[in-house]
Amino acid sequence: MSSSHIPTQFEIDVIADLDLKVMRKFYALLSREVRSYFHSPIAYIVLIFFLLISGVDFYFQISFMNQRQVQYTVQEAFFNSVFFWFAFVLIFPLITMRLFAEEFKLGTIEPLMTAPVRDWQVVLSKFFGALIFYLILWVPPAFYFIIFQQITGQAAAHSAGAYSGSYLMLLLLGMFYLSIGCLASVLTRNQIIAAIISFCAITLLFFLGLVQFILLDVSSATRDLLGYFSAIEHMGTFSRGIIDTRPIVFYLSMTIVMLALTCQAFQSRKWRL
Amino acid sequence: MIKVENLTKRYAGQPAIQNLDFEVGKGEIMGFLGPNGAGKTTTMRILASFMPPTSGRATIAGFDVFEQSLQARAHLGYMPEHVPLYADMRVTEYLDYRAALKGVPHRRVAERVGDVRELCGLKEVEKKLIGTLSKGYRQRVGLADALLHEPDLLILDEPTIGLDPNQIRQVRELIKNLGKQHTILLSTHILPEVEMTCSRVIIIHKGRIEACDTPENLLGRIRQAGGVVLEAKVGLDNGTEELKKISGVRNVIEDADGDWKIFSLRVESGADVREEIFRLATARHWIVRELTQRRATLEDVFVELTHPDAV
Repeated sequence: MSSSHIPTQFEIDVIADLDLKVMRKFYALLSREVRSYFHSPIAYIVLIFFLLISGVDFYFQISFMNQRQVQYTVQEAFFNSVFFWFAFVLIFPLITMRLFAEEFKLGTIEPLMTAPVRDWQVVLSKFFGALIFYLILWVPPAFYFIIFQQITGQAAAHSAGAYSGSYLMLLLLGMFYLSIGCLASVLTRNQIIAAIISFCAITLLFFLGLVQFILLDVSSATRDLLGYFSAIEHMGTFSRGIIDTRPIVFYLSMTIVMLALTCQAFQSRKWRL
Repeated sequence: MIKVENLTKRYAGQPAIQNLDFEVGKGEIMGFLGPNGAGKTTTMRILASFMPPTSGRATIAGFDVFEQSLQARAHLGYMPEHVPLYADMRVTEYLDYRAALKGVPHRRVAERVGDVRELCGLKEVEKKLIGTLSKGYRQRVGLADALLHEPDLLILDEPTIGLDPNQIRQVRELIKNLGKQHTILLSTHILPEVEMTCSRVIIIHKGRIEACDTPENLLGRIRQAGGVVLEAKVGLDNGTEELKKISGVRNVIEDADGDWKIFSLRVESGADVREEIFRLATARHWIVRELTQRRATLEDVFVELTHPDAV
């Protein structure tokens, strides 16, 4: 613009609350994302499925502990069972598959991206929207432990360390797997394909962590490397209340990498049209 | 308001638009006319920063749509073709959300949403889910959305497609009123729409601009080569030969309707041959039931420019 340009009221407004607007737009996007989960049947299916599996898991762990003496807490048992991991790897594709794929399919990406919003605002709002929904899933199981402790009065069942450790790990793993789901969803306009991509990627990563228990003759360096991907091992340590910083750094940085890739892939849509 | 220079877009090597050059001044209502697949939507999507051009430049209110896309988008109200909307939101909820996205100041959101709801006749459906609305209402939601942030420029891609005649009339009326304060670029392939609403027309065909003028001038261009229709009983005369003798008549096509002969005359530009025809008819005792100068419509211009063989 030339220097003689007289700013319009609109431009004055823009400059006046520029910072405010970046957050406001993000908040508007985020709140739509979260609301849209509860407008779709998938959310309720996932919620019910998850409640069911975690309820069954909890029931079995308690009845098992009832029958014999064990050396672990109820959190450890709950977060390291087959039930838990089965439900865990399944929910991420279901939560993230619609994020971008649906917008591409319905064409709503057009009004969205012709509004003055930045690409990263859209990507982050979708990621955090999914994260909020994911965290809501974990509210009911949190009460299982509280109720259990109230009834049994066992201090060991409810140690603050085990509690916060396992929930911190849930958050970290959730962020990483959700960011993989975001990336899968931005690559296609077909929700099913997005779900399959993220399911395959997440399961692959999950089993990569198990390889070290199967291949016993690999070098210790390889084993250490594979250990970084071992969600089971991380969950094991964290649910005992041991907070190790290495997985924290690993999951946070991997999430950032995945989101950066998502941003790139999202921007590239312009050139693929 | 809009300035387009040498704009080209190729999809996988196939040009969708080629070297477009045009300008839309402040306060104009520009009609963007062309057959399906001519490149209208492509051009509008580039202007709305939805996709980048392959080469060339376009600016909106002085902002490059690619380099300064955020500012350009802030000046633009865009209504995409088929108006994709979130089916799971309610009308007012959607407009509130869009207002925040478009950076309408917080204290003004309620006022703006109320205004556009009023203007686009959405009052009675404000609490309905968008997914349950009829095509006409969805179209109006799209228009209301485009108007929310009081943009200087509106780009409307086929705003009346899929509407019934009454709704078309309402939307047209609305657009005409909006034209008093906004610059508008609208695309359509419905010709009367352009004639009724637009101050200038661009005719685009196969990605190239074929004509850019006011509707009147475009009509004038073809009216010069317009025609006269004569329906008469000519008895045993060879009407075609007689008519061809009149100076100014270029060509005569004869058709029959029972005893009546229908002659379509192509005449030279500027010539009015009706008086001569009347003299001829009285001299030869022809019985005349119609003698009219055929008014050319934009349809003729359109067909002639986009389909030269058909005329």
